[in-house]
Amino acid sequence: MAADTGQQQKADLREPAGWRRAKNRIATALMVLSFILVIIPLGFVLVTVIAKGSSIISWRFLTSDIPPAVLPANFGGMGPAILGTVLITGLATVIAVPLGILGAIYLNEYGGKGPLARFIGFMADVMTGVPSIIMGLFIFSIWVLHFGYSGLAGALALGCLMLPIVIRSTYEMLRLVPDSLREGAYALGSTKSRVTLTVVLPAALAGIVSGALLAVARAAGETAPLLFTILAVMTPNPNIFSGPNTSLPSQIFANATQPYTGAQARGWGAALTLIVIAFILMIAARIVTARFNRYAR
Amino acid sequence: MTAAAPADQPVRAGSAGSLSAKRPLGDRVFQVVALAAGLLVLVILVLIAATTTDQAAPWFAKEGISGIFSKTWDISTNHFGALAYIYGSAVTALIAVILSVPVSLGIALLLTEVVPRRFARPIVYVIDLLAVVPSVVWGLWGVLVFAPWIQGIYASIASFFKGVPVLGNLFGPPAQGTVQGTSFFTAGIILAFMITPIISSLSREVIATVPTIDREGAYALGATRLEMIRGVVLPHSQSGIVGAVLLGLGRAVGETIAAALVIGSSAAVTSHLFAPGYNIPAVIANQFGEASGLFRSALLGLGVLLFVFTIIINVVARGVVERSARRQRGA
Repeated sequence: MAADTGQQQKADLREPAGWRRAKNRIATALMVLSFILVIIPLGFVLVTVIAKGSSIISWRFLTSDIPPAVLPANFGGMGPAILGTVLITGLATVIAVPLGILGAIYLNEYGGKGPLARFIGFMADVMTGVPSIIMGLFIFSIWVLHFGYSGLAGALALGCLMLPIVIRSTYEMLRLVPDSLREGAYALGSTKSRVTLTVVLPAALAGIVSGALLAVARAAGETAPLLFTILAVMTPNPNIFSGPNTSLPSQIFANATQPYTGAQARGWGAALTLIVIAFILMIAARIVTARFNRYAR
Repeated sequence: MTAAAPADQPVRAGSAGSLSAKRPLGDRVFQVVALAAGLLVLVILVLIAATTTDQAAPWFAKEGISGIFSKTWDISTNHFGALAYIYGSAVTALIAVILSVPVSLGIALLLTEVVPRRFARPIVYVIDLLAVVPSVVWGLWGVLVFAPWIQGIYASIASFFKGVPVLGNLFGPPAQGTVQGTSFFTAGIILAFMITPIISSLSREVIATVPTIDREGAYALGATRLEMIRGVVLPHSQSGIVGAVLLGLGRAVGETIAAALVIGSSAAVTSHLFAPGYNIPAVIANQFGEASGLFRSALLGLGVLLFVFTIIINVVARGVVERSARRQRGA
């Protein structure tokens, strides 16, 4: 902030009293301190997960079945959990992202400033604040009680969690598309759906993809919606439409409370795998956004 | 899509929103599908309330208001009073907010008022990393690394405050048992880490809307940066920050897995913050698997209480945020 330093110099003409300057310094120091206070635990978490997780991760760990908790760290792995996480999060994405994008299209392209659209937008924001465990209880009551545990039930719970996030991020991107683009397409005689699908969506695509990736990253790390919808089995279940399944977060949760060092070590390995998946999604989102920004300029 | 739209029939401007038969069928179908997707949000929210309340109805009917807010949670006698869990939720969320708000505001002010923009970017990335670490990983680290480490610190704090009138009740050693690494306070600390990125990024957005000219005015009068922040930035962004804090509170109340791992899992209404406790999401997560009958109904009822509470807090918070944003646009 160049203007800022200029202001400071002018202010120096009328020397602030010593204590005023001291208080200002203290305040600045406190702000820096608050940042450091946040960095330290984050650093500790990441270093611990990487240190403890990397010592166990191997090809065997990523592919073998989950052993009983009492077995030491060199037995078994997290294969079924990785398969479950990928399948369930993938299915949740397939369910929630198109619906979220359509909802955002309604909010921005059709609803506009009407009362219904504003109400839906408001409630979508409120829905982002609904605790993830409630989504699990909801799907348990409406689905699991009737159709039993399955990966699909987990995907529905994660989808409920992702839907409002996708709506919000897509809506923000659609708002950035200049009206001149829409008007140009209308002037050529296009219908509204055609304008939306072939002009507005492609223009906002990068931003929408980036927002969706962040929503997927959020869902992949969620445990609470899966506790009562997929259970946690030890063997791989490639059929997500029936039978209990498992996931990385569920296995971390189960292993964290085990007294056995082998189980705890597998927990750390699963945690590292999960964090790596989340980071890859986040970095992908950043790359897509950066591309988008370059084109926008 | 039916491309048979008669091109020579002029359609009045502004009629695109109405579902008149003049528009091609595909166009109208698409609009209805989009509307349905939007309405899905409302449908899901209503269904959440309806199905969980329906499942929890036996508990509400049996216990009544006084039973729900009673202390006894006994599976063997089928008595499910939720007071200890409600109390635990309030205490842990309060600790989290009290710890997180000054830090979050400090970060938000640091990023908007102190650090030049090109250095602010990487700091924002780092803060975002906090939000990317999954809840269960915070829990794993909390229960296996953080709680054993901080137990010693709790012990020395507790012996220091032993016998001190009010503070002794909060920080002293509990009447039964000893201080524990997994406790209300540990859950509060871990929750604070998790809500800090939310509160700081929302307040940063609010603070960024303070007009530069107001800041420059304060500097021109000879204010130091601190005086400028107190005289211009904070009054201007007050209500937005309140909204951000409320959203953080809502998140802290509903955060499940991290709390379930570090709170100590012992239903107790005690003022001692270093004693193990329990809160609503944690008890649901830990006990739902074995529950059936009235027990399950009671846990679902706790979910309903949690849902209602977070909905209220989010509606209030979003309302506050939206109103302050509208006022700033108008100003």
